[in-house]
Amino acid sequence: MIGLEHYLTVAATLFVIGIFGLFLNRKNVIILLMSIELILLSVNINFVAFSSFLGDLVGQVFTLFVLTVAAAEAAIGLAILVCFFRNRGTIAVEDVNVMKG
Amino acid sequence: MIQADLNTILPEIILAVFAMLGLVAAVYTSKDKLAPALVWVTGILMVLLAIWIGAAGGVDKIAFNGMFIDDGFSRFAKIAILLSAACVLVMSQEYMKRRGLLRFEYPLLVALSVVGMMVMVSAGDLMSLYMGLELQSLALYVVASLRRDSAKSTEAGLKYFVLGALSSGLLLYGASLTYGYAGTTLFSGIIQTAIHGEVSVGLLFGLIFLISGLAFKVSAVPFHMWTPDVYEGAPTPVTAFFATAPKVAALGLFARLLHDAFGAAVSDWQQVIALLSVASMFLGSVAAIGQRDIKRLMAYSSITHMGFALMGLAAGTVFGVQAMLIYVAIYITMNVGTFAFILSMERDGQPVTDINALNLYSKREPGRALAMLVLLFSLAGVPPMLGFFGKFYVLRAAYEGGLAWLAVAGVVASVIGAFYYLRIVYYMYFGEEGSELETNRSPVLWVFLMASAVIMLLGVVNMFGVEGAAAAAAATLVN
Repeated sequence: MIGLEHYLTVAATLFVIGIFGLFLNRKNVIILLMSIELILLSVNINFVAFSSFLGDLVGQVFTLFVLTVAAAEAAIGLAILVCFFRNRGTIAVEDVNVMKG
Repeated sequence: MIQADLNTILPEIILAVFAMLGLVAAVYTSKDKLAPALVWVTGILMVLLAIWIGAAGGVDKIAFNGMFIDDGFSRFAKIAILLSAACVLVMSQEYMKRRGLLRFEYPLLVALSVVGMMVMVSAGDLMSLYMGLELQSLALYVVASLRRDSAKSTEAGLKYFVLGALSSGLLLYGASLTYGYAGTTLFSGIIQTAIHGEVSVGLLFGLIFLISGLAFKVSAVPFHMWTPDVYEGAPTPVTAFFATAPKVAALGLFARLLHDAFGAAVSDWQQVIALLSVASMFLGSVAAIGQRDIKRLMAYSSITHMGFALMGLAAGTVFGVQAMLIYVAIYITMNVGTFAFILSMERDGQPVTDINALNLYSKREPGRALAMLVLLFSLAGVPPMLGFFGKFYVLRAAYEGGLAWLAVAGVVASVIGAFYYLRIVYYMYFGEEGSELETNRSPVLWVFLMASAVIMLLGVVNMFGVEGAAAAAAATLVN
């Protein structure tokens, strides 16, 4: 029997993988975007699992909003990345260093 | 029913429809030639909406089954957001035009992000909270990288985007846990679950994730890393915008969430907010000392100021929220004036941001130097400027809220922080002879600089009624 905790564990694992992907990755900005998607998907799993176990539809409505916004966010991120590539000719994370902060 | 709901969000609808119509009009006609007019129209529309919201006042309304709350608190925050955004837009017009940055998208993106901020401060549900926050953030990512051909500006946009998206992820994860353990996304429902005895561990985790997501948006330590780079890299008018309206919105949302949804669990979040506050105050004050770029310096200054504003929130009382609102209103007024000054700093038509360029500035421009002196004293919190009273209110709120150690830490941090503000004053009045700094003689910038300085001096008398308005606003939020 697969219970709520199994879904929550999968979601938490995906979330942590996403966070680690953001911080440990030194290669490529595209991988950062993929990590962000992973975080948002883990949230969606959480919402749908809770929604199903609570018998309440609001969580699934929230998931639809998150999916839509994630698409818009990815589009804007890629657009900024294209501008960055035109200026610097690279998308390696270690080259995002004109300003030190 | 739906009619009453739509009437409640009419200001937001008007601004959103205006932005979309402006987009269509500009695309189908003269494109960027329309931009200067569009900046003024957007600014005037924002001021009119602010007047309307202020004058309408009156009854608190709840729309869309509790998702959208229109009360005194949201009206106070909305007026501050609209007015500061209008000021920054009008200030930036000439600067951007001369540097070929004035595209028609700029005022429209600012208008859209303002719509997002207005939804944020009125949010009564985790869904409207998230949608408002994302509408604001997505527009801000784009304006940060407005200078498409500059490596610095696009890098600022990229950094802001990656860290902003991470913070949205944290916030959403918190929202999902809160939904799961409270069984509802409505703030009024969440507070009901918290009232029944102890807050469950799941809800507590949700609260912590929500707080860390929002701490990113207000740039509180330890979630501040993006601030200096984004402030330095973005075009200066955009930096001015970042330092004003989004801060009001994020703080308003913070207070709304903590009091409306978790108001029954003050002791659970009080220590977290106090910790964020004390870390922001100290890191902001200490790290600003090494900065030579005035935009980076203003970034650390904003981190410090957010620390002070969070101190009011940490008190967890009505007076604490009132102090936070007063503080943030004073803070944006000071910042509008300071950035009007920074926008006028140039040499051979190029913008200058090095603070060494200000050496002996008072010899060449005594009037502007004096206004800047007043603003810097106010930012540092030196009496009798208005900035001192903002700090006084939050310190008193923290002390009365039983956080005496936080108030003492605040005093120490503001003494450390005074050093770097006063150093700029020193450069302006007693510095060494160096390369000359020219001043842009735009009358708009002069008016904003002088008006802000005069407010800092005259506001001492009665604060222009902000105190009473903030008290009324805070009373509607905390119950």
